[in-house]
Amino acid sequence: MSGGSSERAVVLELKDVDVFYGDFQALFNVSFRVEEGMTFAFIGANGGGKSTLLRTIAGLQRPASGQVLFRGEPVDALAAHKRVGLGIALVPEGRRVFPSLTVYENLIIGAYGGRKGDWNIESVAELFPLLKPLMKRQASSLSGGEQQALAIGRALMSNPELLLLDEVSLGLAPVVIKRIYEAMVQLVGSGHTILVVEQDVGHVLTVADRVACFLEGRISLEGKPGDLTSEAITAAYFGM
Amino acid sequence: MSTVPDIAKDASTVPAFRVARSTRVHRFVLVVSVAIVVALASVPWWAEVSVARTMVTFFTLLALAQMWNLLAGYAGLVSIGQQAYIGLGAYGLWLIGDVLGLHPFIAVFAAGLLALAVALPVAPLIFRLRGGYFSIGTWVIAEIVRLVVSNIQATGGGSGKTVLSAARLPIDTRITGTYLLALFVAVGSILLVYFLLRSRTGLALTAIRDNDIAAQSSGVNVFRSKLFVWAVAAFVCGVIGAVVALNLLRIQPAAAFSINWTAYALFIVVIGGFGTIEGPLIGAVIYFALLQSLSQYGTLYMLLLGIVAVIMATVAPKGIWGFVEKRWNVRLFPVSRRLLIEAPPPDEEPEPAEETDVSVATSV
Amino acid sequence: MTWANVVIQGILLGGLYALFATGLALVFGVMRMVNLAHGDLGILAAFVALFIVQSLGLPLGWATALTIAIMFLVGYALQRGLLNFTLGTDDTRPIVVTFGLSIIIQNALIMKFSADSQGLDAGRIENISIKVSEQLSVGWFPLIVFVIAIAVIAALEVFLARARLGRAFRATSDDREAAELMGINNRHIYSLAMAIALAIVAVAGILLAVRTTFDPTQGSFRLIYAFEAVIMGGMGSMWGTLAGGIILGVAQTVGTQAFGAGWGLVVGHLVFLTVLAVRPSGFLAKTVTA
Repeated sequence: MSGGSSERAVVLELKDVDVFYGDFQALFNVSFRVEEGMTFAFIGANGGGKSTLLRTIAGLQRPASGQVLFRGEPVDALAAHKRVGLGIALVPEGRRVFPSLTVYENLIIGAYGGRKGDWNIESVAELFPLLKPLMKRQASSLSGGEQQALAIGRALMSNPELLLLDEVSLGLAPVVIKRIYEAMVQLVGSGHTILVVEQDVGHVLTVADRVACFLEGRISLEGKPGDLTSEAITAAYFGM
Repeated sequence: MSTVPDIAKDASTVPAFRVARSTRVHRFVLVVSVAIVVALASVPWWAEVSVARTMVTFFTLLALAQMWNLLAGYAGLVSIGQQAYIGLGAYGLWLIGDVLGLHPFIAVFAAGLLALAVALPVAPLIFRLRGGYFSIGTWVIAEIVRLVVSNIQATGGGSGKTVLSAARLPIDTRITGTYLLALFVAVGSILLVYFLLRSRTGLALTAIRDNDIAAQSSGVNVFRSKLFVWAVAAFVCGVIGAVVALNLLRIQPAAAFSINWTAYALFIVVIGGFGTIEGPLIGAVIYFALLQSLSQYGTLYMLLLGIVAVIMATVAPKGIWGFVEKRWNVRLFPVSRRLLIEAPPPDEEPEPAEETDVSVATSV
Repeated sequence: MTWANVVIQGILLGGLYALFATGLALVFGVMRMVNLAHGDLGILAAFVALFIVQSLGLPLGWATALTIAIMFLVGYALQRGLLNFTLGTDDTRPIVVTFGLSIIIQNALIMKFSADSQGLDAGRIENISIKVSEQLSVGWFPLIVFVIAIAVIAALEVFLARARLGRAFRATSDDREAAELMGINNRHIYSLAMAIALAIVAVAGILLAVRTTFDPTQGSFRLIYAFEAVIMGGMGSMWGTLAGGIILGVAQTVGTQAFGAGWGLVVGHLVFLTVLAVRPSGFLAKTVTA
């Protein structure tokens, strides 16, 4: 759409992706591109298929048809654990930290199948200083915000190129959400590409370079946040 | 062959929904089944004794498989300890027939009560275990009963007992009576499962099997439903054990409480098909045919059965009947409810359910 | 002081039970699967060792090492090639398949080795004992078995707590899908868990075979005792399993002493049921280790 972005490399591309849970179709013909260094936001109501989209990109869900391309290469044949090695990391909905492992162990395990790179325990602790004093605590004893920071830090330990964030602000205190969104800006600044999914539109529009609305498994609207009127977003969000 | 009343009758809008379970096929099945049972019931009057005795074995295995399937296939209770109740039933026949002096044919049913009396108090304990641990838990119970019976002098210890009250019956009476009892138990177990599944309990079981926690939160009493099935299976297995003892006249703890009872039931159900009434029927016929031709190989036979069970459970978990059902879309026993959409009825009596069902069949 | 003797025998026997239980607990912890063929696989290991000793003429020590390696590979192949395919869909499939496996192993062993009792000979060590006092003596071999059990459990605990792979085991146990997102291949992890479980049960099976006689049907009982040890131990850690094994062992030897041969096993089972009854809640999922 805009001239400047065409020079950037395409990190992720989806072509006509359909995803089913049994007989239920969760995604219909979804196509889009994410360019390097971009923050791409998906917004939409609960149950619209946003999480399914991220799970499909991460390899936890297989598309019935269509293609997922990462850096131009199809990754559909790769299992989730192999995509981590390519540089795709998902911070799943509900945080899903390993409850019986310590914070330190959660971070260490984040590097299990990942790529070589700059991220390590120290740099994660620098990004989220609140984790520093918690290293020896069991992850199950952490607050929601602490767990979310840990989940993002854990994903960063794999040195991802593409970071998929699923509802990272859900159920968290405003001050924590603010910190997480600041971190996202920092991450993009250091060369990461981010695909973020949110129900809560407010914050995400402040950081996104591009936004797409998801309605009942279809992209109902896509564009730059500045170009989209709030009426258009509301309409695409609620299907009115 | 009841059809549940038209739930959208008053609404008289198009299209009408109906929840139905019966089809014309089922009327045909009913007629044929009755004919088969009548024919089977006449066997003792014209066939040789050895045939009648072999058929008793078949009937008891069929009934056992139905009960195991009721537990594992419908209630998710994968018991590997049903031999506890088989053995208790066998010893129950001796206890009630020989010691208490009841007529052995009546003692058969009283023996079922003995099995029930053990099954009920252990249920709250082993129901605390889940999945595979539940399975081993049922086995522990069977082991305890076996050990106790083997260690008591009164029950004949390890060498067991002869059921004298049955042995003293006139031979014709005993053979014919045993045969008819076995047939009754086999047919009864099928009908029991059939009507149980069509009852509220059946609906509850389906809900539990699909999602334990969701069922609980929508008001299904999971414990009570499971307990009911557990109790029914224990009682019937007790009766089966008593019929087996009536057929063999000799009871030994090693055989009566053998894990092989469960193994047979498991093989029959796995081969025939989990969670259907037809599956164990087909499985029992196949199992029995194999048994007649291969039983002299004993160990090899068991080995082959084990291999077949592993393969079936891995590649075809729904068994032979699952394949048949999918291929030809037939169900002999209408236990599942089907939601039907039909054209507005031209008059009052719509013809019972054709196979034009839409999705929501809670296929049991 | 025969009672002290009886209790000590029970404790040492408990070590062997715990060794059988460890693999069962590990597999359940990592993949929530109960392997009903676990006991039979231990007995299979004993027969493999017997075969190596008798046919290849290797000394028992080498046969043991070889058997452990074989069972490790068998475990990996079994999980990767068969059992992984039964996981995930519904609970009954792994139960049916492992039960079928148990029947297969038992009958295959009967065909190959007959149903007769066998023994593995470890030489003099089997019969010597330490005399603590006039009435109290402890056999060297049961003591060694107990020490081996403690060593194996300690090693496994350290592995789970410290090793990279051990962490992956625990992460997979906590949340299989999240572990995949860390780049952990859960099918590989499950297979390694089964491999380790069978390596440990191979040790247990061989020690059992040296300690007493064994035959192809023994596996069932080993499974039941292992199960009771796991449940009584509370499924929190491998040390709990050791405690469970000791409780069972002591209950059996004391029961035998008090009520005569034949009743010891009954007492063991009844103690298990009592523990099951008085525990506060059911025994749902807990992770591999605390």
